[in-house]
Amino acid sequence: MIATRARALALLEQMFLIRRLEEKCAEVYSAGKIRGFLHLYIGEEAVAVGAMAALDAADNVVATYREHGHALARGLTPTAVMAEMYGKATGCSRGRGGSMHLFSTPHRFFGGHAIVGGGLPVAVGLALADSMLGREGVTACFFGDGAVDEGEFHESLNLAALWRLPVLFVCENNLYAMGTALERHESVTDLCVKPRAYGIPAENVDGMDLFAVEAATAHAVSEVRRHRSPFFLEAKTYRFRAHSMYDAEAYRSREEVAEWAQKHDPIDLAVAELTRRGLIDGAEPAAIDLRVRAAVERACEEADAAPLEPVGDLLRDVLAPEVG
Amino acid sequence: MTRSTYREAIRLALATALEADSRVLLMGEDVGRYGGAYAVSKGLLERFGPERIRDTPLSESGFLGAGIGAALGGLRPIVEIMTVNFSLLALDQVVNNAATLRHMSGGQLGVPLVVRMATGGGRQLAAQHSHSLEGWYAHVPGIKVLAPATVQDAHDMLLAALADADPVFIFEHQLLYPTEGDLDPARGPATIGQALVRREGSDVSLVTYGGSLGKALAASDELAQAGISAEVLELRTLRPLDVEAIEATVTKTHRLVIIDEGWKTGSFSAEIAALVAERVFYELDAPIARVCSAEVPIPYAKHLEDAALPQVPAIVVAAKELLGRG
Repeated sequence: MIATRARALALLEQMFLIRRLEEKCAEVYSAGKIRGFLHLYIGEEAVAVGAMAALDAADNVVATYREHGHALARGLTPTAVMAEMYGKATGCSRGRGGSMHLFSTPHRFFGGHAIVGGGLPVAVGLALADSMLGREGVTACFFGDGAVDEGEFHESLNLAALWRLPVLFVCENNLYAMGTALERHESVTDLCVKPRAYGIPAENVDGMDLFAVEAATAHAVSEVRRHRSPFFLEAKTYRFRAHSMYDAEAYRSREEVAEWAQKHDPIDLAVAELTRRGLIDGAEPAAIDLRVRAAVERACEEADAAPLEPVGDLLRDVLAPEVG
Repeated sequence: MTRSTYREAIRLALATALEADSRVLLMGEDVGRYGGAYAVSKGLLERFGPERIRDTPLSESGFLGAGIGAALGGLRPIVEIMTVNFSLLALDQVVNNAATLRHMSGGQLGVPLVVRMATGGGRQLAAQHSHSLEGWYAHVPGIKVLAPATVQDAHDMLLAALADADPVFIFEHQLLYPTEGDLDPARGPATIGQALVRREGSDVSLVTYGGSLGKALAASDELAQAGISAEVLELRTLRPLDVEAIEATVTKTHRLVIIDEGWKTGSFSAEIAALVAERVFYELDAPIARVCSAEVPIPYAKHLEDAALPQVPAIVVAAKELLGRG
């Protein structure tokens, strides 16, 4: 349970930051400042923010190509993230990754993986290292409902369960694998059935409810820490924006999207809950929003002004530098 | 100096590494209780225990990816894949993760992972256990590709791979495991990226690697009887490739035969031919010749398999033709 007012407000601010930064991304994408694929997380903010709130600095995070929210919630600065999307040398991956491949070792943020399901085996290995080296860390691995279709999902769950590794699998079920609805890509749509088949405890949570996600993740992480074995958390959520900037959204209706946005906006729901609990007054959300918008503007300006990596450095970081 | 088989040399290097560094572990299908499909890891489970000699489920992508994650997390994993054809199930992790993570993260990450696997034909194992796909791996920037052909290299290249900060793939030709040779266990890690002239010669260069080295040497013996002096250059490392050594031998003999168990089309042998054409074309006194596998999935029946793989007579004929002695 989110205990203090200060902490609740900090998490609300993270959600605002993700929302405004991504709205800005869409804007500057149209202006050509960001190119490549850009997958927005808008609508799903409560999942990353709630889940990261339950993790420690020593824990590992593995995420997907829709990971701006996870990176920001993990503590990467808006400038480091924005500069990466601008392809600048000051970006968190030196402009080599872009939107889909954000990395930061100080935050133990291991990407940014754009092959659906490809991050799961890596997460299992990070947990194996923690386990064998006697470290207490938990590896949180985020992926979507589409990843559940992949063989690597099943291989990874089996390995993590068989070897009793401290992995928290967080499935962000936003009901669509790109443009294919859940019931059109999964023969069994109750996703928690699958981890249970491997002997992994599984729960689902309303992914639009920040406080529910935070509480469910805190419980899940404590189970992983206590038993040093995996746990599966399914966050039921919804993406308000298109899959990427090239998606005409022929696979779902405007009415469906509008209804989710009106009734289940995670920021609106968090504000309402904080108001109900008397933890926030009427003016505070607007003040947070203003502060966040200013931070996003500053990040854009800094990203714009940042230098490009020299082309002469094209081949660096393919292999480790020669020693001696 | 002792006598050792190729298999025992790898096992000795594994044991040495496991002894020296507690971060090293071996994982793969049947590496523990079974002792390894090719008996390479026999006895290691008893010495080092199930945590470090780790049997895996049949999940090539899962456990190779876990090896990548374990390397990121500070371990020095050695992943054994039973045979090169099975490694295709893990190719996503190889190409999309092992090879990219350092670059894609702007140099923040490194993947000090060693992957070993059996490659090649000659044991009548047919089209899903006999191919030579190391050339595909050598296509990919961000990884290193080794192909030890001798007992000494089988030992020293594994030590070199473990000392490397990047993903290293070692291709062990399955016919080599029982072969015997001299082994000096104290020589230290091999130099990655260094080809070696295994026999000096002046009339024609036979450039090869891995399981074809023995065939190239046998061909050079036959050629010597016909009065032709064939130099044998063993590449040892496919990536990074020792381009200077290839240039040097071509500059010396002016004739080149490439022997590679991979197929010709879009292949590693084609890469060598292209490099020579780009860099030392005017040194050539004859067209480049290639002796490779026939363009067919490797068949089961012995006479057909023999016909599909590069053989000594074909190498001899190719070399003689370059000298106008066909």
